Amino acid sequence: MDEKKNKQRIGVYVCHCGGNISEVVDVKKVAEEASKIGDVVLSKDYPHMCSELGQQMVINDAKKNNLDKVVIAACSPQFQGPTFMKTLEKAGLSPYVLEMANIREQAAWPHFNEHEKATEKSIELTKMAIEKARRDEPLQKGEIEIGNRVLVIGGGIAGIQASLDLADAGFKVTLVEKEPSIGGKMAQLSRTFPTEDCATCILSPKMAAVGDHPNIDLKTYSEIESINGFLGNFKVKIKRKPRYVYEDKCVACGLCEEKCPVKIEDKFNEGLSQTKAIHIQFDYAVPFKYYIEESPCLRLQYGGNACGLCQKVCPQDAIDFDMKPKYEDITVDTIIVATGFDIFDAREKPEYGFGKLKNVINGLQMERIIVKAAEGVELKQLGKKVAFIQCIGSRDKQIGRPYCSRICCMYAIKQASLVKKMDPSRDVYIFYIDIRAFGKSYEEYYNRAQELGVKFIRGKVAELMENPDNGKVIVKAEDTLNRQMIQGEFDTVSLSVGVGPNAATDKIVNMLKLAKSSDNFIQEAHPKFRPVDTLVPGVFLAGTAQGPKDIPDTVAQASGAAARAIALMNQGKYFFDPMYAFVNSEKCDGCELCISSCPYGAIKMENGKAVINAAVCKGCGVCIGHCPQDAIDMNLYSNEQLIAEVKTALESKKEGEHRIIIFADDMTSYRLIDSVGTAKMAYSSDSRIIRVPSGGRVTADLIVKSFYYGADAVIVADAEEKSSPYSTSKTEMFRNIEIAKKILTDAGIETDRLLGMNFVTVMLVAFVKTVNKYDEMLNQLGTISKEKREKLMINLREKLFGVKHE
Amino acid sequence: MSKTVEITKEADQFLKKIEELSGEKITSCIQCGICSGSCPMINEMDLTPAQIMSKTQLGQEEELLNSKSIWICASCFNCKVRCPRDLDLAKVAEALRQVVLRKAVDKINIDAISPEEMMELPQIALVAACRRLTN
Repeated sequence: MDEKKNKQRIGVYVCHCGGNISEVVDVKKVAEEASKIGDVVLSKDYPHMCSELGQQMVINDAKKNNLDKVVIAACSPQFQGPTFMKTLEKAGLSPYVLEMANIREQAAWPHFNEHEKATEKSIELTKMAIEKARRDEPLQKGEIEIGNRVLVIGGGIAGIQASLDLADAGFKVTLVEKEPSIGGKMAQLSRTFPTEDCATCILSPKMAAVGDHPNIDLKTYSEIESINGFLGNFKVKIKRKPRYVYEDKCVACGLCEEKCPVKIEDKFNEGLSQTKAIHIQFDYAVPFKYYIEESPCLRLQYGGNACGLCQKVCPQDAIDFDMKPKYEDITVDTIIVATGFDIFDAREKPEYGFGKLKNVINGLQMERIIVKAAEGVELKQLGKKVAFIQCIGSRDKQIGRPYCSRICCMYAIKQASLVKKMDPSRDVYIFYIDIRAFGKSYEEYYNRAQELGVKFIRGKVAELMENPDNGKVIVKAEDTLNRQMIQGEFDTVSLSVGVGPNAATDKIVNMLKLAKSSDNFIQEAHPKFRPVDTLVPGVFLAGTAQGPKDIPDTVAQASGAAARAIALMNQGKYFFDPMYAFVNSEKCDGCELCISSCPYGAIKMENGKAVINAAVCKGCGVCIGHCPQDAIDMNLYSNEQLIAEVKTALESKKEGEHRIIIFADDMTSYRLIDSVGTAKMAYSSDSRIIRVPSGGRVTADLIVKSFYYGADAVIVADAEEKSSPYSTSKTEMFRNIEIAKKILTDAGIETDRLLGMNFVTVMLVAFVKTVNKYDEMLNQLGTISKEKREKLMINLREKLFGVKHE
Repeated sequence: MSKTVEITKEADQFLKKIEELSGEKITSCIQCGICSGSCPMINEMDLTPAQIMSKTQLGQEEELLNSKSIWICASCFNCKVRCPRDLDLAKVAEALRQVVLRKAVDKINIDAISPEEMMELPQIALVAACRRLTN
């Protein structure tokens, strides 16, 4: 062994934090104790480490003393960690050879009335940081080259807005839409609340702009077949469905449609009218080109010489019945998911008779009726009495949609106003649970509807029936404000259906390995501060794919997503912490157990060995506990580092003392514990906190060894599932705990000593109570005997993986 | 009758008691009224099912325990299958009936029924009445 390599030069700094620390902790003693440890070449205390002078001192010392590791005992690494990482870079060191001992939030503040204990704990925390630093590798930031190519999935208003913003900024956009035209749901709408501008009039110029833009490659009637790769290198396969009409030849003269003998339901009019098997999706479609619907077309159905009238009359020779789907492969740097929504299928609530009672329609049908009425076409007679029924497919646990769809109140108010204005003698009612007029000028618009004479009844309609004598719809509800039952006959009843994620969403979610929230929409990276990002780098969200939204919010979010994508691509490079797992191929025996444990698909087999793609790996570390060969490890939180921290935390445990080891996930629990410290809420000073990337990183092996090295209790603290960045962390954590509990039981150790907890960052009291409860429990249970601890280690790997049973 | 109802501490205790007896989270009711609209017995009731929920939230014990509605509820569960908050109102009605029954007040005096009447009365109804209305 090269002796020089083993000999390290560690610098230790203990911060007073202007008294915050030094008033409780004997900082001189901490520095003195640290200086006694091997390889520590200098150990100092200083009033303000984060000050300009403090940082400069580190830089000077590092150069003068040739430091290769730096330990700063001060505040939480969550707080000044990034500052000191930059300091190290200035000193010419890797930012990843820094370790911070959190002696402010974890010692001085929570144990403010136990000066001695706080000092002891500070010494131990500093020793733990030194031992971790000793095992730090001088890693560099990961780096990926990024270009300027963007894929936008979905050509509704969200996709259109995002594409235009990106294209205007000079980025190359590929916009993929599954329908024959872009425009999405907005293209079907009549007017938009609260201004009542005509939806077509404001949307069609944007659609045309997309069609003409030199930076936008528009692919309509196309679907995403597969997506592989990662930021800067997403490989996308696109399926172009056959239109059976050449886009470049068709001049939309309309002769084919005239001759086509097959009448079909017009989906764009929500089945309220008919069109032909060959048609243009709607009047201002982009591209304005014909296409043939496969299943009803006689020729495409029966082949041979069947029908073929359209082909005969086409003056451009644009029709080709033999057209096949085409597949195109593109590579993009970032992706914007704008897959949009579908309205709730009201047939799922049979008590409202949708699809059975002819005078019961849904909100989107009402839109089409209003649009067409303005053009002088009557898709359906509305009659003199019209009722709108709210919350159909929203706020309803019975059908798994407990959320508010956000748009239905306002669109019902708009539709009610418009049908009332069309015929002021009409009696218009809205049956609602709560009117949610939250947006700018929305309450005023609601008020104007009231002034028009639209009547609002507070009560959810229970069921609809048809009066067999006249076909009218009988509406029955409790008028909850008057506490009486109310009943009436209406000519038309419109169900204000809610929204859910588009049926195509799941496919995209699976391809990109995105997370979904409990409402089934796509989960954003952070509900407050990263609302358009996803946890997959380079993938952004726009519009209703992320949750129900009205048009203004959709457009704002789409522009936000475009801006986020631009911010990323403009740098030309993407830097990331080298926090990823890797496989020791010498140990790997190719069992493939790790592959299914990775929720991000980062592990692949190459030549019979598992290989982890660093750019795809998010560093949750759950795979480590799945490897029977102990072949997987990760940067920043290596097996050796965590074990060294555990050992050091338990080394100086005195006779009769006990220790609670708390593994805290970096995102939530560690921050929570910082908050507890900041609030000066006291908890047992016998606790030692070890930072881990996720609860799932804490392997059963690590838990068992913690007990072996002297822990009297172990708490694994992880984020609640919803707020965790790692989708499987919670499940894996409890899996590991169950395995560890069995091994504890075998050794005769009480399983109560081991606990898994899920926290959110505000659960301060819960954390304090949990630790103190454990402290009290340990006072009763006492410590664990040496024999029992040693028994844990007998055939540990066999016990962990069940390879050999004895 | 006064239009003002005092919010008292006992009110909350009553709510807690009904929540415990029924096992239903009564405070999560959003007062949409779909229960009332779905109820086949609504025209016989004095308080609507939704009213029972809101009055229980406010702990209006006397009015609830004296209402006809809690006895008229046939536990058909129409309200339960439609409730958007997945509440079981039949259980709430049963809880309210339990509170009345546990007071163990004899509503009928069997001794006062003459043997002739006893022979005339339907036996099953008599047994049911004794179960519910006597201690």
